[in-house]
Amino acid sequence: MWHSLVPIWTVILGLGIFIYVALDGFDLGVGILHGLAPPAHREAMMNSIAPFWDGNETWLILGSVGLLAAFPLAFAIIIPAVYFPILVMLLALVFRGVAFEFRFKHARLRRFWDAAFCGGSAVATFAQGVVLGSFIQGFRVDGRVFSGTSFDFATPFTLLTGVALSFGYALLGAGWIVMKTEGPLQAWARKAGRACLLGVLASIAAVSIWTPLASAAIAHRWFSWPNIAFLSPLPLGTAVLAIYAWRALGRDGTLEAFLASIGLFALSFLGVAASLWPMIVPGHYTLWQAASPESTQAFLLVGTLFLLPVVLFYTAWSYWVFRGKVSAGSSYH
Amino acid sequence: MALDPLFLSRLQWVWVISWHILLPAFTVGLASYIAILEGLAYFTGKSVWVRISSFWTRIFAVSFGMGVVSGIVMPFQIGTNWSRFSDITANVLAPLLAYEGLTAFFLEASFLGVLLFGRKLVPRWVHFFAGLMVAAGTLFSTFWILSVNSWMQTPAGFHMKDGRFFPDDWWAIIFNPSFPYRYFHNVTAFYITTGFVVLGVGAYLRRRGRSPEEARLMMRMALNLLIVLVPLQMILGDLHGLNTRAYQPAKLAAIEGRYDTASSAPLTLFGVPDDATGKMHHAIDIPALGSLLLTHSWSGSVRGLNSFPADQRPPMAVPFFGFRVMVGIALAMLATVLAGQVLLLRGRLERAGWFLRICQWTAPLGFLAVLAGWMTTEVGRQPWTVYGLVRTAQSVTPSLTGADVALSLTLYCLVYLIMFPTGIAFMAGIVRGGVGAPDVPAAPIEAGQTPPPYLPAGRVLDHVA
Repeated sequence: MWHSLVPIWTVILGLGIFIYVALDGFDLGVGILHGLAPPAHREAMMNSIAPFWDGNETWLILGSVGLLAAFPLAFAIIIPAVYFPILVMLLALVFRGVAFEFRFKHARLRRFWDAAFCGGSAVATFAQGVVLGSFIQGFRVDGRVFSGTSFDFATPFTLLTGVALSFGYALLGAGWIVMKTEGPLQAWARKAGRACLLGVLASIAAVSIWTPLASAAIAHRWFSWPNIAFLSPLPLGTAVLAIYAWRALGRDGTLEAFLASIGLFALSFLGVAASLWPMIVPGHYTLWQAASPESTQAFLLVGTLFLLPVVLFYTAWSYWVFRGKVSAGSSYH
Repeated sequence: MALDPLFLSRLQWVWVISWHILLPAFTVGLASYIAILEGLAYFTGKSVWVRISSFWTRIFAVSFGMGVVSGIVMPFQIGTNWSRFSDITANVLAPLLAYEGLTAFFLEASFLGVLLFGRKLVPRWVHFFAGLMVAAGTLFSTFWILSVNSWMQTPAGFHMKDGRFFPDDWWAIIFNPSFPYRYFHNVTAFYITTGFVVLGVGAYLRRRGRSPEEARLMMRMALNLLIVLVPLQMILGDLHGLNTRAYQPAKLAAIEGRYDTASSAPLTLFGVPDDATGKMHHAIDIPALGSLLLTHSWSGSVRGLNSFPADQRPPMAVPFFGFRVMVGIALAMLATVLAGQVLLLRGRLERAGWFLRICQWTAPLGFLAVLAGWMTTEVGRQPWTVYGLVRTAQSVTPSLTGADVALSLTLYCLVYLIMFPTGIAFMAGIVRGGVGAPDVPAAPIEAGQTPPPYLPAGRVLDHVA
């Protein structure tokens, strides 16, 4: 089964989704914190992400069409199963996206668009967490179609993952603000970041206890010998990074907290992957069973191997152009 | 009456894509226009081009942001409401969508940030280059998405196994029979749409006496573009129609308003189609002209809708009226552009108040024509999603109930009815402010960053002024 393109596409898709989570995660997180921050700082927070957010959201499109192209059966089963979380996420992203432009030009309704920006960010994040939880808990499937109802997603577990991701994105957002600002706003973000970090750790602990209790397969994956030895770096690394992030948020460092929170996401991401491997529709279809034919995967791979590095290069370049600290006064509006 | 998830899913698709297509219809042309303005600014060094470019770039930012958020909705629609379609067609179509993301969306998004916010941060040639890249991105995006749409109209390069498509020949898939016609017809339509907006905005500014020099340049540029593109579009539309006749005869019969096959068929200007009885009521015909236009012969045979099996006929009303709206608008556009050219050549353009007013009225016509043409071709494809092979009824997500889709459609309606009018009002506000309004683009991130060393200081200010 290794003599196919499936492992390569698994890595590419995993990487794409992780880049989306890390990048749009920080700008959604800034949106969540935007509503909690002192009003004087909100302008600077928004300016810090204005040149990046639409590029970041582009990875969401790439993730969804990448899944459709490489594992179409998974796309056709999973997306209908999370019909309403996806709907709510999309509408929330619409609101927060247009709020970037609208709030500057509409003094009377600025409060409304501020609320749309913050609320849209929070709701979109929560909905993504619900999608993640639904994916972990699995779907009812009949043949090649989702056979449950459009409300199967609503369980206590998916509410937990929704809260977990909200803390996670807010932590990324706090790390970003620490990196991109200075003075009182940076000091505020350090405190907010620590609060989010505690929430993240509580959420990781809750999910890590809940999933093996709910699924015998996941319990067996993690707690049987020798898996427990191979997988132990994940929780241990999480603990080390958490301590590092806590201290970085307290110190003078600026970049460290952001990188550490991305590291926490990477380890959690690998943890979910380790729990579910090799399933792409948990309980029903493996990556290989849901894959598109080799001719499809090969055709897209040729271009992807060439284009993805180019995309990463000029994405990095656009971040470099806007390097440095942001201030409240100067916006392009 | 029970709520039908299929019918409601179709309504939802119409709703989200009709609003979305208005934005590329505008931004594709506008991106190219801005790239040209940036080029003129770079090569001539005249600040008037920078002022015009900055003005349109602010409008572009609003419309592009709306395009992004309403565009993210689209690939998810294929999964949420058309999951059977996804499963059946993904092997062939999904790579094209993925290539759209890889070649177009990242290019647009990354360089748009530089175009909007980077005027002071990067050298002038890089800013011009960013404009070019955004324009290229919009054209790449149009390429891929119309390749997908065309493949659904005229599928090629595949074989079917277990009821699903498998790719055989990617060249044949991408360059399927209707794709070249559809691509050039659409891109030209998008450029014309933008051209009429620029013309109308220029006329408005001229009438209000705001930014007279900029208004004059905008109108001249728009008229000189449109005098070429509007007639060209009529030729491209005719070629596209001949292609439809060859590959989608049922759609063509609906467009023509023909129920019965006839040689030397008349051109039906207007009528009231009645699918139940298969008759056109109150028809206004011009004898034999239909055959001449379609077959380029007075006695050519035009196939009627009744000659197709009942379960393979599109409903006639939407393609029939949609096509007439589109062509009617094209004729109005041609008249406007010809009148404008005459005035331009006589040097009377800016004093002809009646014409400036007409230009304002015609500004939104391109959007209506794009929507009408889109409805014509999409409803004309019915009852299929992939023409002749996959029925729309087989494409819908089986787990959905009517209530699910009724709820989601209601929410899409609410949100879009807030977002789009607000966005349009904002863009109108920018236009009212005129060129060179005080909020000139500047970088959001400057403090703590020394000016880039490669920029001679004087040139930066000159460039922004």
